[in-house]
Amino acid sequence: MNIIVTIKQVPDPDIPPSHFKVDEATNKVVPPAGVAPVMNGYDGNALEAALKLKEENGGKVTVVTLGGSEARDTLKRAIAMGADAAVLIDDPDLRDGDSYTTALALARAIDKVGEYDLVLCGRQASDTDAGQVPLGVGELLGIPTVSPAIGIEATDGHLKVNRMIEDGHQVLDVPLPALVAVSSEIGEPRYPPLRGIMMAGRAQIPVWTAADLGLDPSAVGTGARKTRLRRLYVESREAQCELVEADSPAEAGAALAQKLREAKLI
Amino acid sequence: MPNGVMIVAETAEGSLAPISAELSGVGRALADELGQTLTAVLFGSGIGGLGEELAALGADRVLLADDDALSEYQGDAYLAVLERIVREHAPEILLLGQTPNLRELAARLAFRLETGLTTDCTSLRLEDGVLVMTKPVFGGSAIAEYVVDDARPQMATIRPRAFEPATPQASRQAEVQPVAVSLDGVVRTRVLETVKEAATSGPRLKDAKTVVSGGRGLGGPENWKYVEELAETLGAAVGATRAVTDAGWVPASHQVGLTGVTVTPDLYVTVGVSGAVQHIAGCSGARNIVAINKDPDANIFKHARFGVVGDYRQVVPALTEAIKALRG
Repeated sequence: MNIIVTIKQVPDPDIPPSHFKVDEATNKVVPPAGVAPVMNGYDGNALEAALKLKEENGGKVTVVTLGGSEARDTLKRAIAMGADAAVLIDDPDLRDGDSYTTALALARAIDKVGEYDLVLCGRQASDTDAGQVPLGVGELLGIPTVSPAIGIEATDGHLKVNRMIEDGHQVLDVPLPALVAVSSEIGEPRYPPLRGIMMAGRAQIPVWTAADLGLDPSAVGTGARKTRLRRLYVESREAQCELVEADSPAEAGAALAQKLREAKLI
Repeated sequence: MPNGVMIVAETAEGSLAPISAELSGVGRALADELGQTLTAVLFGSGIGGLGEELAALGADRVLLADDDALSEYQGDAYLAVLERIVREHAPEILLLGQTPNLRELAARLAFRLETGLTTDCTSLRLEDGVLVMTKPVFGGSAIAEYVVDDARPQMATIRPRAFEPATPQASRQAEVQPVAVSLDGVVRTRVLETVKEAATSGPRLKDAKTVVSGGRGLGGPENWKYVEELAETLGAAVGATRAVTDAGWVPASHQVGLTGVTVTPDLYVTVGVSGAVQHIAGCSGARNIVAINKDPDANIFKHARFGVVGDYRQVVPALTEAIKALRG
């Protein structure tokens, strides 16, 4: 079973909030000094699911990302974990794209990799938390698309997918090829073994531009985007918290109960 | 000719789900401000009786996709029916709930229609007739405002419990129309089985109105009882940070955060929680956060409405007793 996994590099969600800054002039996050970006958490889960399916069924796992050259680090981590090949899509026209242009580039890249049975993605990225790109890629490829999955089992040209619903899960029969976006319940990503890390160091990672994907700048640039980020800002949170003070911690606890009653919260 | 605001309501156990009233509230307000109509769409089987309820919540027109094949969510089927409805009615604005089913439907539909969608919105407003869609990003560390410039409809999904539900008015009338459902050749995935989660004691974390969460600041699993006793007194669900579930103090299913459950309670009480982005991502939708932590610089205080700086071993038992006393 040949599997393509889409991966995004994101700012480390474990950075202390005090280090989180936004440049409001450009609507961009200021990368915090000394904190390296990481593989999006759900994408790590997707890669783990892909590696398990490969171990059970054979085949090849290819990872694809869209990003700047710094995203190579995340692709190398994927190879170290066990991916067989990696592709970096890097083009100035595609940077800061919206879900639409990003999904378009990924779908074209998946077509160019070719011969896939399954596309696996993380259900959403921890930066924009939108969860749109995987579903868009599935639509653009015109293949069955399911999100968010908490379990996948391969059976003879089909998948049995457990899909999360409000109060439990659905068990779906999904014909291949298909796209499945996974949630963390599917399994924690493995740590790269030493041998993998050494292989990743030697791995050649091709770089594809929009033109390599047959995409004209007008198809993916600013004008092609459907959604525009108009403003990005950090909410001022100082002094919003009313601190309940008293002579002792116990009295503060009792006073807090009173406050909650006055605010009709209990 | 502007074609108004459309919402896609949802059912739960044969009744309208709470998100339907929330969509009705914000949808009605936007339609009134635009001077346009509000249309509500509902999927299901045997849902004829719910048309009047959607009218009472504010819809001018209700479209019922009532068919045995739609009795439960099947992505391909719902997508085919909704795509046809939206192409026919061409609304300016289309709103759905950020629920496990309709968030999937919304994103797939946006790509089919080649329009823009903002998911998980916590606020929607009009500026010069354009919908400004606001949502927390980077785990709640920042707020983003999006607009859809040219494409239509402007699509958004709304975070559950982030918007005031509409109050039903029995006097309101709407035109209730059935929608023709034809699914020839569209359904590719098949639902083999639907497994409902076993009901646990106490409210479920993800839709609890009150949640008490504990963090690493509790020191060890032997102190978890402080969280549980407070939760029991409040009738609250119990949550935890990733550090706590990773350490095995409580099962992973209690984890609130980026890689855990997202909660949106009215009251979210944290004990010994520092407020890492990872955790805030899962609780930033709470209406009121209360922080009990001995570190006055803990990030959680920046998100809290009420806070106590002090040792939880004294604060929490006193709080628990005082709540019992207040409730008599």
